[in-house]
Amino acid sequence: MKHLTTPFIGISAAMLAVAPWIINAAPYESTMGLVQKVFYFHFPAAILFLLAATICGVSSAIFLFGKRPNADGWAIAAAELGLVFGSLTLVTGPLWARKAWGVWWVWDPRLTSSLLLWMIFSAYLLLRKYGGPGSDKLGAGMALFGMANVPFIYVSVNVWRTLHPQTSVVPTLPADMGIPLWFCFAAMTMLFLSLLSLRARLEHQRARVEALYLAEDEA
Amino acid sequence: MSFLRILLVLAALAFGAPPAIAAQQPPPQSEFVPVDEIPPGEQIPAINLVAAAYGFVWVVLLGYVWSIARRLQKVEAELVDLESRKR
Amino acid sequence: MSAFFRVAWHVMRKDLTVEVRSKEVLLTTLFFAVSVVLVFSFAIVREGRAPDDVAAGILWVAISFSGTLAMGRTFERERYNDTLRALILAPAERPAIYTGKLLGLLLLLGLVEIVLVPLIGLLFNAPILAYPGMLAALLLLGTLGFAAVGTLFAAMLVRVRSRDTLLPVLLYPITIPVMIAGVRGTAALFQAAPDESMARFWIALLIFWDAIFVTLALWTFEPVMTE
Repeated sequence: MKHLTTPFIGISAAMLAVAPWIINAAPYESTMGLVQKVFYFHFPAAILFLLAATICGVSSAIFLFGKRPNADGWAIAAAELGLVFGSLTLVTGPLWARKAWGVWWVWDPRLTSSLLLWMIFSAYLLLRKYGGPGSDKLGAGMALFGMANVPFIYVSVNVWRTLHPQTSVVPTLPADMGIPLWFCFAAMTMLFLSLLSLRARLEHQRARVEALYLAEDEA
Repeated sequence: MSFLRILLVLAALAFGAPPAIAAQQPPPQSEFVPVDEIPPGEQIPAINLVAAAYGFVWVVLLGYVWSIARRLQKVEAELVDLESRKR
Repeated sequence: MSAFFRVAWHVMRKDLTVEVRSKEVLLTTLFFAVSVVLVFSFAIVREGRAPDDVAAGILWVAISFSGTLAMGRTFERERYNDTLRALILAPAERPAIYTGKLLGLLLLLGLVEIVLVPLIGLLFNAPILAYPGMLAALLLLGTLGFAAVGTLFAAMLVRVRSRDTLLPVLLYPITIPVMIAGVRGTAALFQAAPDESMARFWIALLIFWDAIFVTLALWTFEPVMTE
């Protein structure tokens, strides 16, 4: 695992470095113009944000019901990455909206629920940092509640009439916009998965250190 | 088990609700009127916004990679130290 | 089915008996809720009248603030007297214990709301009697969703350090969907031209979130309360 993550991070960094040229070659969107190019980073970050919430919820369920201590490390890792990619989504979105909608922020269902999910991750990480012993199970319960938001965020644009584009936009993109998008998506996903495994490794090593300290105390 | 039955009823309610909500034509969100015409003084060139977005993404990702690497190095050094002490 | 509800009933009656004897949680929560409303009216009322459409928001802020206080107190009492362990060790289904706790809390918050709603009507000229059935449904469903998550978290936080600060930190982000639905639904009833279909839409959304929250809470209560 450890030997694989470093080259993966290198490849995705190289891909992200050449991404601007590929994005630059893509055609301008007819109504929004240049600012639409924020989309090539906004969409992957948003999808990975939701993926992180799902991973966090699923590993918390495994931890809670399957009694696997290792799954908790994956849940923390996913929560932290969710916070990072959620921040990317929530910052790139308003930068795009300022030009396309004329405002930084609107209280539309998708924006509101994404902000809520981001807050749930922040609260989760606060709990894990300051909760002390006993906070792992509570955190797992909280992650399950956070995961309940994911399908809601995803369908919200199709249920309500909102400013945010619907989910049907991405599958119907023309190829010259689709290729740069999926290129960026692949690069970010690779980076996401490598960082996830590194962060989980950090948590597992921490657990080992703690176990060693405990064993030392007993000896 | 009675508890399971309650759970099933609740789950059915949760999965049955979205079609019901969707069928009930949602109220138009009257307060979100897109602003088409912004006064020229408040226009920000698109290139600045795009540059800010991409710059932010790179800074955050680099910062996060660096932070994980640093934390991992610290923990692994501690681990090596502890294991050598054990022997 | 009956065993489940019998346990829930007994747990609820136990909590209410303690409460009837001391009245501690009810009186402190009630006083706090009224102070929240008064603080808001001092902050917002200008030249003798409040801006339109603030009544619903203030009502729900008062309910959520005082609800957090009540949740924290009911479990603090169990911790202080070390009776939570006895409750967990009792040969009963854990979800039934949770349900009993939730019902007790709902009853308590219901009593608080009976005082709060007329107070809001009085101070902010809200038409509370225009649609009594819908208003009651909104209050009941909103409080249920809020209390369902709150009871679970307060129970879990009993064993965690700095529980007083963490309860609102964890509870608010998760229950905001319920709060939004409650506020918007109530505002639709309170506005100058009440919008019934809008209120009905938010009630449907509340039922949706309540079902999700109660299902998740019943499902997770068992493993998280195991030592």
